[in-house]
Amino acid sequence: MAVTADHNIPNRSPLMAFLSRWLLTTNHKEIGTLYMWLSFVLFFIGGAMAMVIRMELFQPGIQFAEPLLYNQMVTLHGLIMVFGVVMPGFVGLANWQLPMMIGAPDMALPRLNNFSFWILPFAFTLLISTLFMEGGAPNFGWTFYAPLSTTYGPPSTDVFIFGVHLMGISSVLGAINIIVTIFNLRVKGMTLMKMPLFVWTWLITAFLLVMVMPVLAGAVTMVLTDRHFGTSFFAAAGGGDPLLFQHVFWFFGHPEVYILILPGFGIASQIIPTFARKKLFGYHSMVYATASIAILSFVVWGHHMFTTGMPLTAELFVMYATMLIAVPTGVKVFNWVATMWRGSITFETPMLFALGFVILFTIGGFSGLMLALVPADFQYHDTFFVVAHFHYVLYPGAIFGIMSAVYYWLPKWTGNMYDERLGKIHFWTAIIGVNMTFFPMHFLGLAGMPRRIVDYSLQFADFNMVASFGAGMLGLTQVLFLYIVIKTIRGGKKATGRVWEGAEGLEWTLASPAPLHTFETPPKFPTPEEDYPRD
Amino acid sequence: MIEAPRYYVPHSSPWPIIGSTALAITAFGAVSFIHQSTEKVAAEGSFGEPIFFIGLAMIAFMMFGWFGIVIRESVKGMNSVMMDRSYRMGMAWFIVSEIMFFAAFFGALFYARIMSVPWLAGAGNNLETHVLLWPEFADTWPLFMTPGGGITEAMEAWGLPFINTVILVTSSVTVTFAHWALKKNHRVLLPIWLAITVALGTTFLTLQVIEYQEAYGELGLTMGSGIYGSTFFMLTGFHGFHVAMGTIILFVMLLRSLRGHFSAENHFAFEAASWYWHFVDVVWLFLFTFVYWF
Ligand code: HEM
Ligand SMILES: [Cu+2]
Repeated sequence: MAVTADHNIPNRSPLMAFLSRWLLTTNHKEIGTLYMWLSFVLFFIGGAMAMVIRMELFQPGIQFAEPLLYNQMVTLHGLIMVFGVVMPGFVGLANWQLPMMIGAPDMALPRLNNFSFWILPFAFTLLISTLFMEGGAPNFGWTFYAPLSTTYGPPSTDVFIFGVHLMGISSVLGAINIIVTIFNLRVKGMTLMKMPLFVWTWLITAFLLVMVMPVLAGAVTMVLTDRHFGTSFFAAAGGGDPLLFQHVFWFFGHPEVYILILPGFGIASQIIPTFARKKLFGYHSMVYATASIAILSFVVWGHHMFTTGMPLTAELFVMYATMLIAVPTGVKVFNWVATMWRGSITFETPMLFALGFVILFTIGGFSGLMLALVPADFQYHDTFFVVAHFHYVLYPGAIFGIMSAVYYWLPKWTGNMYDERLGKIHFWTAIIGVNMTFFPMHFLGLAGMPRRIVDYSLQFADFNMVASFGAGMLGLTQVLFLYIVIKTIRGGKKATGRVWEGAEGLEWTLASPAPLHTFETPPKFPTPEEDYPRD
Repeated sequence: MIEAPRYYVPHSSPWPIIGSTALAITAFGAVSFIHQSTEKVAAEGSFGEPIFFIGLAMIAFMMFGWFGIVIRESVKGMNSVMMDRSYRMGMAWFIVSEIMFFAAFFGALFYARIMSVPWLAGAGNNLETHVLLWPEFADTWPLFMTPGGGITEAMEAWGLPFINTVILVTSSVTVTFAHWALKKNHRVLLPIWLAITVALGTTFLTLQVIEYQEAYGELGLTMGSGIYGSTFFMLTGFHGFHVAMGTIILFVMLLRSLRGHFSAENHFAFEAASWYWHFVDVVWLFLFTFVYWF
């Protein structure tokens, strides 16, 4: 047993014990659980906002969401899903899995870990409370372009600014913790090129976070001083430029979208080999592809600004650089498919979600490629085509990634198998719902329906109605997901240590549920086959 | 003898939650304070200010408590070599994130100087912008007159800013001397060099206050004087804030060294402080070059 500081916790009332356990914990598994639940709760809050949006767009005309409310919903939905659902979801998975996958006793900086988490509930309470403020919540979209956020932003903009600062602190500290854990606490023998891919992708994601979250902090700070302290960063009359805002924001924003997907790549690369019962095809190329995607992501932010009148050379450079990203992305997709080639595949729920991920993410990648073409983007920009694009990479991409990871590792966390039949129902309803919701948006966008507008003209009615039905289905089936998770936590068929026949990696050498403290004495690596517990 | 743990994992700690509560209070207080004391929202009441400062005090309290335990653990010898490496890497990556924070504002500075100001004066394909909006506007840097007509004078590089450059570079040297003294276990020279470094930091800050007074009082150079003033105060302001933090940290190191906390082999806190100080110094060299000089 490792030396511990204070073992003798006196008898306390259950409430105090509960609070002190979750508020003061430094354990990576408990903190991972906290992150996952926060992400889950915000998923429903952000989802409810999406329902408001889709109900309003069910028919042309203004039904019940006034334009101002509609804009607030669009803004908060985006902010909550990006910063409150996908990012904490991935960090929660990192917390649970990284130490177990690299044979470490915990995260490298356990107290900092608790700090990173507990900043978030405060930050999102602040953000959501803006709905009840005078002037309403922020209404300028998650991208908070100047001058919408500077000159015209409601008073709650400042709450949003400080909320973003808090999220930024949380993310940077969390990312530092992850980098240090991976570099410093790997078990002996696990060289960098032997790390599981989830670990690799998180390492690169954490690097991106450290590089770009401070830039976002700079952006909100400039918005704040432009609003209140007379600076003119984003005001032409003072020699600044509203476009400067977009440059700073997208310098953060494009790497951010990779932050939202790279851990998903890692998850797919763990799950597909398990259920194909084959080694991952092209491990090295996967690592290099991830790294090149990350590096290229720093020079392509201009593709969000094609229509702002950038100089021609800049447009061309950004266009080619963006299309270049499709190459490493293609390598990854190829490797996943090649991994399955001639495998003996079974289709348990995690594998289904991973397959949904590969196929539908690829559709999102293709629409991204279309958007990367300057002349084409002149037409597509700010239409629902962009909405379709990023929802294809984010919902069946990032969110399905998280869901497949949850199904995959939940038996390890809880010791119980989830209900396979319900899991399959969840998958099929989700995949039908996703496509029904977002596929028609491609057509709407190509036909010219602008995004972020509460009303639309009559010819867009049919596709919008389809999308709204799909959204309702997609939303409802997540309640089923919640039910499945709770049911698994409370009981079910006992899981074995290895859980999945084809699973490899240190986490599967542990019992299920994994004990609170694991690998206090370092495990053997690479794991000999007899170290996996038998059924 | 009990075998030292492979990696010490603390069991639970109250400080993080105190810290996150403190941050939230500070954030809430800051918003109210700003709303109540600036014109844009002009909210009634004045509770924002005390809440903001209570939040800051709580953050300070958290730091005392948190660093306090870490120091005690280190003194008790609970930190293995691996733990030490975690702290080192953590600090290094923290500094990387700080560099990127400054990079955002440097980016704004370069954008203004290379893009937006020339464009407003008609460069590139922006002739019509110039002719139709602000035909009087001329492209200069420092920007003496904004398109909107605001006027300011420029801050001279070779006065106080240059003296401050010398001071800060010297302080980077003295902190290194302190480090050498520590490595040789020289218990007299260490606090002396540290004290000199702290004194230099304090002088820097004092001179910067004088410089700001001159800017506001005599030059008409304010946060409101267009993009020149904006970038000037954003960059020098955040830098000054970091110098202030660094000075406080070094002062704490001075007190700790007087209490005999560091040994020639084990003194990571001191090293972290000196890394931070060098970082602040390098940022200043960029500032001096691009904000004041060229
Ligand atoms: C093959 C890779 C990709 C390419 C070539 C690509 C390209 C683009 C382009 C050109 C735009 C701007 C469209 C416009 O506003 O006119 C865009 C928007 C967007 N992309 Fe991608 N993308 C790719 C992958 C991703 C991924 C993996 C994600 C996130 C997981 C993502 C998330 C987004 C988001 C959120 C926006 C919209 C931002 C906004 O305006 O609100 N993209 N993408
Ligand atoms: Cu992008």
